[in-house]
Amino acid sequence: MLTENHATATPPSPVTMAAPLYPIELTVNGTRHQFEIETWVTLLDLLRERMLLTGSKKGCDHGQCGACTVLSNGRRINACLALAVSQNGHEITTIEGLADGNQLHPLQQAFIDHDALQCGYCTPGQICSAVGLMREGEAHTTAGVRELMSGNVCRCGAYPQIVQAVSQVMGIAPAAQPEAPVRPTVVGTVLS
Amino acid sequence: MTELIEPLKTPTAEPGTGMVQPGMSVSRVDGRAKVTGAARYAAEHPAADLAYGVVVNSTITKGRILGFDLADALRVPGVIDIITHSNRPRMRPFKLSYKDMTAPGGFPFRPLYDDVVFYSGQPIALVLAETFEAARHAATLVRPDYAVEPHETELAAHLHRAHDPHGLKAGFAPPPKEKGHAQAAFDAAPVKIEAEFHSGVEHHNPMELFASTVIREADGHLTIYDKTQSSQNSRWYVSHVFGLSSRKVTVRNPYVGGAFGSGLRPQYQLPLAVMAALKLKRSVRVVLTRQQMFTFGHRPETRQAIKLAAERDGTLVSIQHDAVAETSRREDYTEVVVNWSGQLYACDNIRLSYHLVDLDNYTPIDMRAPGAAHGVHALEIAMDELSYALQMDPLALRLKNYAEIDPTKNLPFSTKALRDCYTQGAARFGWDQRPAAPRSMRKGNEWVGWGMATGTWDAMQMFARASAVLHADGRLVVSSAATDIGTGTYTVMAMIAAASMGLPMERVTFQLGDSTLPVAPIEGGSSHVTTVGSAVEGACEKLQKRLLKLAKALPDSPFAKAKIDEVEFADGTLRLRARPEVRIELPQLLQHAGEARVEVKYLMLPDALKQRKYQRATHSAVFCEVHVDEDFGTVRVTRVVSAIAAGKIISAKTAHSQITGGVVWGISQALHEETLQDHRLGRFMNANFAEYHVAVNADIHDIEVIFVEEDDRVVSRLGAKGVGEIGLVGVAAAVSNAIYHATGRRIRDTPITPDKVIAA
Repeated sequence: MLTENHATATPPSPVTMAAPLYPIELTVNGTRHQFEIETWVTLLDLLRERMLLTGSKKGCDHGQCGACTVLSNGRRINACLALAVSQNGHEITTIEGLADGNQLHPLQQAFIDHDALQCGYCTPGQICSAVGLMREGEAHTTAGVRELMSGNVCRCGAYPQIVQAVSQVMGIAPAAQPEAPVRPTVVGTVLS
Repeated sequence: MTELIEPLKTPTAEPGTGMVQPGMSVSRVDGRAKVTGAARYAAEHPAADLAYGVVVNSTITKGRILGFDLADALRVPGVIDIITHSNRPRMRPFKLSYKDMTAPGGFPFRPLYDDVVFYSGQPIALVLAETFEAARHAATLVRPDYAVEPHETELAAHLHRAHDPHGLKAGFAPPPKEKGHAQAAFDAAPVKIEAEFHSGVEHHNPMELFASTVIREADGHLTIYDKTQSSQNSRWYVSHVFGLSSRKVTVRNPYVGGAFGSGLRPQYQLPLAVMAALKLKRSVRVVLTRQQMFTFGHRPETRQAIKLAAERDGTLVSIQHDAVAETSRREDYTEVVVNWSGQLYACDNIRLSYHLVDLDNYTPIDMRAPGAAHGVHALEIAMDELSYALQMDPLALRLKNYAEIDPTKNLPFSTKALRDCYTQGAARFGWDQRPAAPRSMRKGNEWVGWGMATGTWDAMQMFARASAVLHADGRLVVSSAATDIGTGTYTVMAMIAAASMGLPMERVTFQLGDSTLPVAPIEGGSSHVTTVGSAVEGACEKLQKRLLKLAKALPDSPFAKAKIDEVEFADGTLRLRARPEVRIELPQLLQHAGEARVEVKYLMLPDALKQRKYQRATHSAVFCEVHVDEDFGTVRVTRVVSAIAAGKIISAKTAHSQITGGVVWGISQALHEETLQDHRLGRFMNANFAEYHVAVNADIHDIEVIFVEEDDRVVSRLGAKGVGEIGLVGVAAAVSNAIYHATGRRIRDTPITPDKVIAA
């Protein structure tokens, strides 16, 4: 039995009013786009549902799995935690923008060569994350790669191959490095 | 006629891949689609005029829905409709209609069927809107009114209600009856151990969120992209629940972002999306949240007790293994937990039992290596404990009791190279350097320990059909309604077909993931290669015969008198074995024969009469090293060697990844994973990736995989046995045993979190 109450005398609450639209401009994979969007649209949902760029994946929508990792002005970010309006004017690179035509990005090719994927769902996030990692210049050993790729969950468990693929492209010799963290880990620090 | 179904965008090997043979290392044929983001998963197929559905879940565990206050939710701009049990479209009233192909005994939950709430998090409404954001917001404004009833969700508090399982389920066999007199032998034995084990609830958590995109075509036909381990199971379910014939529904799953068992049964987003499409007469997408992925099946909480007894020389004289697991009030979910203990070691006295307790939870569902993950875990820790009681090396104890035949069924093994796993694994790991006593090795502030365990899993084969079509341009398309959940199905099947037909792999396409393709089983139980792979090879063999027949009929044919075993298919040609220069290119053959295409269909049925004479299983030996922090009790698994006997390995690269992934799962089971329930609320509390920890990259160190030689023509014509589960089995026990060796602390429960290490 439905108990809808239509007999309310009060005006509709603000939460039920149409959300206002804001103009934003994004450069996505080298092409400039303009949108009129509500503030509650995340960058991830904008990419997936409005631009049909479904290479960026939704695995948790809470910044806990890394499947949505894209590059914003070259930095790796969780697209699910970024409201699209907050990215106004940014250059966004998604997995669809990494290859040069038919020529794969070296990381894409290394992931295939090392079989650093199984179901493939975390893979775009892993690769975008690795591109960001390389730019940060913090990882110098396989242990460093492991640590700094740990924001990207792979449920199939392709981690050893992911480390091999990323290390190869970064020119890090496999297993020749000591098992030490790259730098002291301070809980709560955010890399800039 | 089986043609390539264009929307599936089936991948083919890269140009230049060339000729392949079983056992080779070939890159995943779907690799390019996956690393470029081109592979589309269930929620990613575009549709015009798409409505978005967001599910509302119950906040109570048991009771009835008295009604809903939907006023605020319906006022959200963009909201189209809210479907509840009161206004849903017609669904079949018969409970039987809701049983999918892998349903266990009992009757399944019927989503939005009536006002009854039987578990916490049950879907009770679907909000439909023009945008995802509007639907998500409106879903928070749906206010149900309940009549709450008391619930029971705690296994420990209801063990007195344990009962024998009812009904049948694929892959389940009840424990065999007692062999000998296990308790009397235990009482009389000189060396014995007893131990109890607890394994908590685990959730599969594939990376892809469960989703269904229902595309409604102009004529009302529904094409559904569903996250499932079987397009045909989902199609069957939709047809039965909504009374839609198979001609009116097609289900597709060309890419599945992991499943690990969670996709063995249709999950609730599927019927909800279908009912919305039927009601609105438009296309609908429903995607569950990560939190909602804790509101259907899970690996059941299980309590186990094991008693082992031996002579002083290590000869096992008694094995007793009892398990009690939870199930729902509606279905008796069953899995094989204890039977392994009657299969792994030679022993004259074996008693096993398995019981269920009905609780107000959702029905559990198979999760990678169901039953064995925790059942073999308990046995292998108990064996380790017995080895210390005997003052015997753990590996020596296992070799002492090596089962040459299945001890409870008295059947020979079809193949069993477990001894090679022990030998090669131990050598690679350096097991002979292991000091016997616990707390013998230390590095800095960490204790170091080495542990090992045995693993085993079924080698199963089901039935399947495959079609093979050779086109005039020389392309071969082989099809079966199989699934690739990341396992490598696309790759291994294309390899089998290419090797069989002697074609370069880039000219062969294996098409899967559509319910209209030839029948295939659900992808599960490590059976896809033995089953679908055998069907593929059978289809190719049939195609060879058809092609030879065409060749024989050509004018002045050099093959006129050739028998099938006198020719071979190699280098893209049909040729005489004795005189390879007598050959014809396959496209030329079709051209001369005047055929645009040659198609065959093949039905692969297991040779049950032969197979029943054998125990059929995969085996493994797992060796691992752990470092345990003295002060914090934190555990790192620094090194694993997994030696696998799984028959002939067809696709070396993807099989290797399957085992590595299984080891990662074992480490994650050992150290991290448990879904905790607040029994006052009846609700899982840590339903997200921040609080349900799965192993991340930093948790995983060196993993080495060895495949030992095995070739099993009883299990499959390919010699293969399957590699999906075996990589996981025994890993958690090896970790636990290594922690004991490191610290002298025995932890029998999973996960082995630091608090347990410190307290032990």
